[in-house]
Amino acid sequence: MAEPMRIRATLQGDVADVRILMRHPMETGQRKDAKGEIVPVHFIQNVVVTHNGKTVLDAQWSQAVSRDPFLGIRVKGAKAGDKIAVTWTDNRGDKRTDEATVAAAS
Amino acid sequence: MNNRRRSFLAIAGGAGALAAAGLLKPGAAQAATWNKQGFEAKAYTDAVKGLGASSLIETKDIAITAPDIAENGAVVPVAITSKIPNTQSISIIAEKNPFPLAATFDVAGGVEPYASVRLKLGQTSNVRAVVKAADGKFYTAAKEVKVTVGGCG
Amino acid sequence: METMRGCVAAAVLVLFSAPLPAQNAADGLAIGRQMLAEDNPGELWVERGKRLFFEKRGPKNASLEACDLGQGPGKVEGAFAQLPRYFADTDKVQDLESRLMTCMVTLQGFKREDIVKNRFGTLDRDSDMEALVSFVGSKSNGMKMAVPLAHPKEREAFKAGEYLFNRRSGPLDFSCATCHGDEGKRVRLQDLPNMTDAKQVQHVVATGWPAYRGTQATVRTMQHRLYDCNWQMRLPDLGYTSEMSIALTSYLNHRGNGGEIHLPGVRR
Repeated sequence: MAEPMRIRATLQGDVADVRILMRHPMETGQRKDAKGEIVPVHFIQNVVVTHNGKTVLDAQWSQAVSRDPFLGIRVKGAKAGDKIAVTWTDNRGDKRTDEATVAAAS
Repeated sequence: MNNRRRSFLAIAGGAGALAAAGLLKPGAAQAATWNKQGFEAKAYTDAVKGLGASSLIETKDIAITAPDIAENGAVVPVAITSKIPNTQSISIIAEKNPFPLAATFDVAGGVEPYASVRLKLGQTSNVRAVVKAADGKFYTAAKEVKVTVGGCG
Repeated sequence: METMRGCVAAAVLVLFSAPLPAQNAADGLAIGRQMLAEDNPGELWVERGKRLFFEKRGPKNASLEACDLGQGPGKVEGAFAQLPRYFADTDKVQDLESRLMTCMVTLQGFKREDIVKNRFGTLDRDSDMEALVSFVGSKSNGMKMAVPLAHPKEREAFKAGEYLFNRRSGPLDFSCATCHGDEGKRVRLQDLPNMTDAKQVQHVVATGWPAYRGTQATVRTMQHRLYDCNWQMRLPDLGYTSEMSIALTSYLNHRGNGGEIHLPGVRR
C-alpha cells in the first residue's frame, strides 16, 4: 500500500508555496532486481492538485521523474487555512490522496 | 464525495452525456488523459510533435533552474518559470533520454506558471521547457545539464 | 553493466573535455544541492520511522515507546545529541543503531540477525533501521551535540576510536586520516571533510548522518558511512554495530560536540 505524501503549503503574500514529496519507486522498466529479473515499469502518470476542492494543477508524468518524486507549485489566490489536496495515479491504477492546510507565513 | 458525485451524475443523465459535453474528463480523479503519443516518442522532435506543436519559438521568457553539473543523474532538480502571457501548460523534455518527454503541467487552473520537479537524466543533455500559450503558440528554452561520473555512483 | 560502462565513458569525456577547476565544479553543483536540501526526501523516512516507532510490531507485539535511548523510556527528544553513551543494562557504550537494535530485540522480540540482514535498504526492500534512525535523529534538530565522556567505558571507546581513525592498515595502507586529515581532499567531485578541523567535524557530525543519498535512493546512517569507508580502504567488512564502529562514532561524535543538529542530511 502506498505510503502517505508529505505536503507543505506556506503562504507567501496571496500565493501558497506548495511542496510535495511522494513515496513511489518510479520504475523505468529497465532495472534488474537482485535476482537479475527486470523490474516492470511502474510510475506515477497523473498528479492532480486541488485548492479548496477546485482543480488547480493537472500534471502528466513519464518514468523519467525521479524515484520518491518531488513536486513544487505555487497556488494563486490562497489564504491561511485553505485546503490543498494532492492525488497521484500510477500506471497500475493505484492512487493515493493526501491533504494539507495552508499555513501562514512563518 | 464519491457518492455525492455519483448521484449528481445520475440526475444529469449519466457520465457519457457529461463527457460528451466536455464537462467530465475520462480517467481517475478527473485527471487529463495521459499523452501516450508524446510520452512514448523516442526522438526529441517526435516528443515535441506529441505535444501538438508544429514549431517552437525560442524565448528568454522561460527560466530554467537546474544545476550545470548533476551530481547524480538519477535525481536532477529542474524548476521552470514561464513569463509567457496566458501560459496554459509547461512541458519538460530531456532531449537525450530514451523517452524524452518527462512531464507536462497544465497550469491554467489556478497555479502560477511554475513547476519544480526532479528528473532522471541518462546522460549529459539539454533540458528543454516547452510552454503552450492560450493563443496556441509554443515557446521554448533549453539549458544543458552535464551528467558526470556522479550519476553512476 | 552496459549502462555502467556507458556512464563511465561519458564521465571521462566530461572530465577531459571540460577540466573545471574545483571551485567552478562546486558552483555548478551548488544549485542542485540546494534544491535537494530544501525538500529532502529523507523526510519520508522520518515519517515512516515515526510510524514504526509507535506501531506495535514484532513477535512480542510491542511498540518502541518503552525504549530508553539515554533520555528515559520512550524519550526520543535529544537522544541523538548524546549518543554514543554508556548504558548500564547492556554494560556497553552504544550508538543510536545499536541501542535501537537492543530495544527491537528485547522489547519487540525481533531477531538480531534479521535486523542485521536488513540493515541497509535496497531499491527492492526498505530498511526499518534507516527509517527509525531518521526519525530519532530528527528529534534532536536545533539542539547541539553533547556526547558525554563521563563513564570510563565512554572514555575507552573514545580513545579506541582516536587510535582507529589514525591507524594505517589494509592493502592500501590507508587510515581514516589519509582522506579526512587534510584540507582540499576529494574523491572525484566530492569534497572530503577534514575531520581534524573542529568546525568541519562539528558540521559533519551534526548535519551529516543519517542522510538521504540520492545515488542510493535511501537514507544511510553513520554505520553505513563507516562500513563504506572501510570498504573503500579495502579493509574487511566492518561489523554492523561492532565495537570498532561504535568506537569510531564515539570519537567523531564527541568531537562534534557543539555542532547544531539538522537531520536527516542530504548527500550525493
